[in-house]
Parts: sequence; structure tokens; C-alpha cells
Amino acid sequence: MAVSDADVLHVAVLARLAIAPERVPSLVRELNGILDHMALLETADVSTVDDDARTAMPRRDDVVAPIPLARPLADFAPSPRDGFLLVPRLSTHSQLGASEGDE
Amino acid sequence: MSAEATLDLSAAATATAIAAKTASAPDVVAAALARAESRATLNAFITLASPADLRAIAASAPSGVLHGVPVAVKDNIATTTLSTSCGSRILEGWVSPYEATAVTKLRAAGAVIIGKTNMDEFAMGSSTENSAYGPTLNPLDTTRVPGGSSGGSAAAVAAGICRISYGSETGGSVRQPAAFCGIVGVKPTYGRVSRFGLVAFASSLDHIGVFGKSVDDAALGLQVIAGHDARDATTVDTPVDNYRAEAAKPLAGLVVGVPTEYFPVTLDERIRARCHRAIGLLRELGAEIRTVSLPHTDYAIPVYYILAPAEASSNLARFDGVRYGPRAESEDLRGMYERTRSHGFGPEVTRRIILGTYVLSQGHYDAYYRKAMLVREKITEDFTKVFASGVHVLFTPTTPSPAFTFGSKSDPLEMYLSDTFTATANLAGVPAMSQPIGLVEGLPVGGQLLAARFREADMFRAAYALEKALGSEALS
Repeated sequence: MAVSDADVLHVAVLARLAIAPERVPSLVRELNGILDHMALLETADVSTVDDDARTAMPRRDDVVAPIPLARPLADFAPSPRDGFLLVPRLSTHSQLGASEGDE
Repeated sequence: MSAEATLDLSAAATATAIAAKTASAPDVVAAALARAESRATLNAFITLASPADLRAIAASAPSGVLHGVPVAVKDNIATTTLSTSCGSRILEGWVSPYEATAVTKLRAAGAVIIGKTNMDEFAMGSSTENSAYGPTLNPLDTTRVPGGSSGGSAAAVAAGICRISYGSETGGSVRQPAAFCGIVGVKPTYGRVSRFGLVAFASSLDHIGVFGKSVDDAALGLQVIAGHDARDATTVDTPVDNYRAEAAKPLAGLVVGVPTEYFPVTLDERIRARCHRAIGLLRELGAEIRTVSLPHTDYAIPVYYILAPAEASSNLARFDGVRYGPRAESEDLRGMYERTRSHGFGPEVTRRIILGTYVLSQGHYDAYYRKAMLVREKITEDFTKVFASGVHVLFTPTTPSPAFTFGSKSDPLEMYLSDTFTATANLAGVPAMSQPIGLVEGLPVGGQLLAARFREADMFRAAYALEKALGSEALS
């Protein structure tokens, strides 16, 4: 199950990372080295483990309550406006006829 | 007593001296800050508080068990007055709008946070070489790494800047640097300390841990931050033992297990000898020693380096330039995400996100992620069985080698394998700690104690007795 250049580039798209072309060969080599070591798992007998009854980490239901903030959103977010966060448009957005200045 | 002299006192004794007015809290924290500045070349801190701010905070610190005690906190634990960068460019200068529960508890106990410590970026590393703010040096030998990822916190204690500091653990990031720097490092039970405000790396493995110059310092440091927190759904509402009182109990009746898998034939014979000396002392102190087996130990590194990157790839998706930190400009939303993340993350974080995304992706999930989750159950079962058999604590080496030199582990897999003896405790959620048990070629060696879930008191009991028995031989 060796990782290829195409695998790394595909996964990078999924992870929203831009990988420089010169970095791809070393990433492929490193990942294959790491995954070769992971092959040890194939020798583990897990036939007695009930996949549906795995011990989940102990956890209560979340208590949902607002967290008081020490400073307003505008102090730590890159581009806030009126309590919202502004981002650039999607590349597909303009093709749908959005006007200039939309964000 | 001079303020400088208080830095050599235990944390408890410092608080007592301040309560008795034989020392002043502002002077004590000023002395700690001065020592931190005098050891600036270690690069233990990413941010230090200003002297004026610290004096004011110390002057009004409440008179709790850490009244006026200077402490250092890893830069992935949220504070509202100092920045929280996680050792990354992507959070450079970011000041959290809320505070970690552990920090709130520390302030309530009277502790004074003197600064935020250096770390491998997003806690991914075992040497603190992966920080965007440069590496931290080991105070005992500056040609060597302090360990990681909490290397700055370990170095701060080892350099005598503070007696207690805080770090985080996902696979050994407190115990391994404690071993490399000749101090005590504790990872509590999963669920014992709130992670609210700890920037998430791998949520099923992340813990906040504590460093101490001595076992007593570490026990007190954990006592203050332990307990249930409604803001962390994984914390468990069970009573917290009095660790310092439990630590002082004699060892008669304590059963110490020695797992054969942690003493492979490839183990450095000098480390093996230091461990056997420590085990012999535990026996002389009244403990019963049993040879035990944890048969799935060899799977820990493959399991850990599948699950941790998988969880990281999800947790770190939030750093995209929208809500936190700097944003790389782009005409297009996807371009902004990619440019922000690629400029913001260093090579190791990028590698782990790619690895984590790969093992979760279609066609690979069953072979890697699902299989790793199943084997994790077997590793946990090993611990459950051995503790159910009457063993109270396990004793092992903390690391397969002493501190290594900078740049000597350029292959990522070789670096990952340095977590061989520590990752199991994170996978099983059991408490574990490291303490110095001797030197090899002038470098400290750590001995690791592990206990059953929520039985931190048992390992403190063994560690305290061993520390007393070793005396100066712990670092000789």
C-alpha cells in the first residue's frame, strides 16, 4: 500500500494544504517509511475485541453554556464585521453572478 | 531570607515563607524572572511577563497553597494576559479571549505565572526542535535537546527558574523531557485534570501534566489543578486524593510490577542498570517486586502514530485564517485556507496532518485507523489485567536513551520511536510519571512509574520513597 506522489497531492487538497512540488518526494519517502512501521499492526490479533463495544473514553454530555470572553471578537479574529467573520468569496461564487465587493 | 534563596526552596516551603512574611511574593517572582532573563540563551520561554505586571500580580495573589510561587506554563495552555502561540507561526501573538481551567485554579491557589514556555509546534515532537521560535537547550548540557514537546517547561524547572511548571502530554511530552532534564514529570489519569483551554492536538490522548523539581513539588502542582470541571466533559467527578500525604506513606504492602516488554535486549545496559538499582531500592523499602507482562507494548508506536495524527488532522482544521491569528491574503476562499495553513504550519505539523488525513481517507480507514483503535483496546486491556492482578504500580525506564544532540534524529520515524515507553500510558489513559534515577555519561536517566486509573497516590508513594532512598544518587 505504498504512498505515491498523487496520493500526497490528493490528501493535501483534502487537508487544505498547498504542498510545494519540491517537497512532495521527501513527503512520499517519509510517509512510506512511517507506514511501513505501521504494518506491524497486521500481526495483532484483535479477534476478541468487540468493535461495537470498544471502551469509549469516559465522557459526560456536554454542558452547553456560553463562555465569557475577556475581549471582543474584533480583537482576535482577522476580519470581523458586525459580529460576523468575513472571508474571501468562493472561486465558484463569481461564476454564479455575484457582484464585485461581495464577501 | 533573600528572594534569590527562595528559588531553592520547595514550592510548599516558598508559600509557607511568604505566609510567614519571611519572604515577599513580589520579590520571589522578581527573582524568578531575573533568573529566567539570566538564562535567556536556553530559549525556555516564548513570552515572559513584564516585571511590573508580575510584581503587581504577586502583591495581590491570594494566600492559597501556592501563594506567591512562580510557575511557568506551556504555550498551548490558554492565558488571557500572555499570548498562546502553541510554538507556531499560525498563532503568533494570539491572546486567548478565555482562560484554561488549570490556569484559573493556579491563580486561585496564589501561583504567579511568570511566562509561557517553548514547545514543539502544536506539541508535535520529542525534542522542542520543531518550535517556530527556535529550539530550547537542555540546561544540563546545552549541546543536547531538553526533550519535548514540553521542553521549555522542563528546562525552566531544571534551570532553577521555578520549582513547578506545566506542560501537556499526548504521547510522553512531559515524562520524556523530565527524564532528559533530570526532574520529575507527571501525566495524570485521563479525566483527572481539565483540558478546557488546552489547545487540542489529539483529544483522546491529550492531558495537562506537571513538572516538579522534586516529587513533593510535582504532587503539590498536580493537587492544585486536579478535579472535575463542567467545561471538560471528559473530566470525572471522583474525589482527588491528598497526594502529598499519600506520598509520605511507607512502601510495605505496595506491589511493584516490572514489565518484561520495557526491558528489551536492545535496551542500553547502563539504563537497565540504573533501573535495576531503583527496583532493588524499592524492594529494600518494603515493596514486593513482581515480573509482569504487557504483551501488546510493541504495538504502541504504530497505534499512537495513526491515532494522534488522525485526530490532529481534524483538530487543526480550525486553523484556517478565519477565526484566529494571521491570515494569508488570497482572492479566493480555498486559496486563503491553503496559503494561511501552508505558511503557518511547520514541516512536522504538515507531515502529521498529511499522515492523519491519509489514514482516515477512503480505502485506508479500515487498514489503519480502525485497526489501530482495536489494538488500542488490547493495550488498555493489558494494563487492566495487570492492575487487577494486585499490582499497584509498574516500574520501567522512561526513555530508551538519554538526551540526544540537536539534529541527530532527522528521520521522523526514528524520532517517533523515542516515545516507545511513554505512549502506552496515553493510549490506556493511566497515570504515569518520570523521576531521575541516575546519570549515564553525565546525562540524567528517568525511571517511570505507572498506576491504575485515578491511583496517582500509589505512584507518588513509590516515587517519594525512591527519591529519598536515592538521595544525591538520583543525579549522580
